[in-house]
Amino acid sequence: MDLNYSQEELAFRDQVGGWLKANLPADLRDKIASYEELTREDLLRWHGLLAKQGWVAPSWPKEWGGTGWSVVQRYIFEEECGYAGTPPLIPFGLSMCGPVLLRFGSDEQKKKFLPRIYNGEDFWCQGYSEPGSGSDLASLKTKAARNGDHYVVNGQKTWTTLGHYADWIFCLVRTDPGAAKRQEGISFLLIDMKSPGITVRPLILMDGGHEVNEVFFDDVKVPLGNLVHKEGEGWTVAKYLLGHERMNTGRIGASKRELAKLKEFAAKQKKGGKSLLEDPRFRDRLSRLEVELMALEITNLRFLDRMRRTGQPPGADVSMLKIKGTEIQQGLTELMMQAVGPLAQPFKTVNGDAGFDEFTAAIAPRYCNFRKTTIYAGSNEIQRNIIAKMTLGL
Amino acid sequence: MNFDYNEEQQLLADSVRRFMQKDYAFEARRKIVDSAEGHSEKVWGTFAEMGLTGIPFSPDYGGFGGGAVDLMSVMEAFGEGLVVEPYLATLLGARCVARAGSDAQKKAILPQVVEGKLKMAFAFSEKGARYDLAHVAAAAKKSGGGWTLEGEKVVVLGAPSAAKIVASAKSPAGLSLFLVDTKAVKMKPYRTLDEMRAADVMLSGSAAELLGAEGKALPVIEAVVDFATALVCAEAVGAMKFACDTTLEYLKTRKQFGVPIGTFQALQHRMVDMVVAYEQAKSMACLACSKVDGVADARERAHAVSAAKIKIADNARLISQEAIQLHGGMGMSEELKVSHSFRRLTMIAQQFGDADHHLERFASA
Repeated sequence: MDLNYSQEELAFRDQVGGWLKANLPADLRDKIASYEELTREDLLRWHGLLAKQGWVAPSWPKEWGGTGWSVVQRYIFEEECGYAGTPPLIPFGLSMCGPVLLRFGSDEQKKKFLPRIYNGEDFWCQGYSEPGSGSDLASLKTKAARNGDHYVVNGQKTWTTLGHYADWIFCLVRTDPGAAKRQEGISFLLIDMKSPGITVRPLILMDGGHEVNEVFFDDVKVPLGNLVHKEGEGWTVAKYLLGHERMNTGRIGASKRELAKLKEFAAKQKKGGKSLLEDPRFRDRLSRLEVELMALEITNLRFLDRMRRTGQPPGADVSMLKIKGTEIQQGLTELMMQAVGPLAQPFKTVNGDAGFDEFTAAIAPRYCNFRKTTIYAGSNEIQRNIIAKMTLGL
Repeated sequence: MNFDYNEEQQLLADSVRRFMQKDYAFEARRKIVDSAEGHSEKVWGTFAEMGLTGIPFSPDYGGFGGGAVDLMSVMEAFGEGLVVEPYLATLLGARCVARAGSDAQKKAILPQVVEGKLKMAFAFSEKGARYDLAHVAAAAKKSGGGWTLEGEKVVVLGAPSAAKIVASAKSPAGLSLFLVDTKAVKMKPYRTLDEMRAADVMLSGSAAELLGAEGKALPVIEAVVDFATALVCAEAVGAMKFACDTTLEYLKTRKQFGVPIGTFQALQHRMVDMVVAYEQAKSMACLACSKVDGVADARERAHAVSAAKIKIADNARLISQEAIQLHGGMGMSEELKVSHSFRRLTMIAQQFGDADHHLERFASA
């Protein structure tokens, strides 16, 4: 048993870490460190830098720009990005639509979309959830009716992350309302966000931030050529996408960074003349969280090791990483708020003359925002259902 | 990076598991627990034949020169089978000799341990000490060419079956370790909640041999207790695995309202949380076992071991409690092995430092 990376893997980690340190623009790094919202340009600038380096889509086949890295290298890369505090790579194109096109897309679709995804020329968003279809995705109602050389799409998508930045949306739509089973009659469509009939309405979350939207489709014309895979086979595509392996589900690197930040911040907070880190009540909560994170990192490495040896996809292991990873992320935001104490309260200035520290004011909203993590990407209860079914056979 | 056991470790684990299935099933174990000695000499002999008593000792003394990682698979299997033989107790006593003893002492003790002829115990705990290894009132006096000990050690696991005990005591130069023949002590033996045998050991003018440098025992005691902690972490992982497996089986077979109770989501999610807790615990046991004898820096070792014990203690509680709850009334019964795994896991959480103790140590390491 050896818990350590090999010499080659350590060298790779140093190479990635060194490159990130040298190439992460200072203004982006600072924005992330102070929990500021990132603009479309911020996200695309980072995407562009990684694309130029050839690291933007590691899991893609080499002919389309993939790196040929092992699963361990991909994990190291993603966790190093998290640890360095880089802007996120928006997954909708690179990790979702891209892999779907690689697996199910026509040659024409691949040629048209993949290079643009790779280079960040198209900003993608995801059209899955609807007002009545959250965890029960197969109940979706947005309709696409065939009419000559195009579909006519009517309906509504919701929780569309960064839909207000997007050029394209991939959607699950119902093409056959009469299908015997709900999962049948669903198709996977690529829709240009500039199409007439699309309206994007912001959904402001409780932290005051704008990251999600409602997207309305009112007689939107979509060329038949934008259908991916066969008509009525969209559920197969959706399932493939859910099972598509991502290496950073546990977000170990980002949580390690937050933990270090939390310790640094808590050390500066005083309670009864002493650092909050010396307060046993606070310290125990912090230690338990740190230990949970240590355990998750090793659990993640164990899963990677198994994947590498068996060549099997991670399956329901990913659900475990999602559950624990998000609980840890939330735990960190909670302790950060605990650390800031009464100064968690100031939120927004009313006359431009902020009498409070911007960073401390960002802590409570971040706590609010992170409640999303156990809900999105398959709520943690859905993840438990998956483990119960796939791993435990219940 | 490689989390697999190597071929030797895997073969050993397989043969231990086969033995457990064949000769250490729940009924066989019950007979052993209820016997006068509370362990089986026959089983002990088999352990020695299989080489288990020699794993962590140098080939100079007939051992295999292995470490905690080599013991991990054995401890996991013992945890699954809820083995009550004084294996850990013997390893710890002998580990003290291996770490601190003179060549003559090692030659006298270790080959006998390896061959299964000598059982040992490690008496490091006293009343009022809780988990403070330096809190020692037992006193050692020079007497002729040797030493005599005065004092009382409590909850000395494996003491009733041990022929030799290693005890900590204060000598003029400070905290020291001594090798004591159990004929020279008085014992109040008892069964522990988890069906092992232990004793409070009365030292009253008991003749003893100094083990290691006088006054310099604390680092040795800490290292041996860290070693023990890593091993019970591995044992806990085995007991957790049993608790999870048997609970899952129960959910699939027990029917209420005309269906297996495992079809109820309220129970499914609790079962999933048990399995997640098991995986997290296993990860930390890997960490503790890989650091406990491979790492020279005591601080780094303490950090890893305490982190592991925090997680093991917390998750032992969660898994053991949930296993009983999901079994319903049957889980309470002594007739099901799951209630015995509850008892073992509950005690492991308290052994060699509970979660609070290790939280404090983790924060200062």
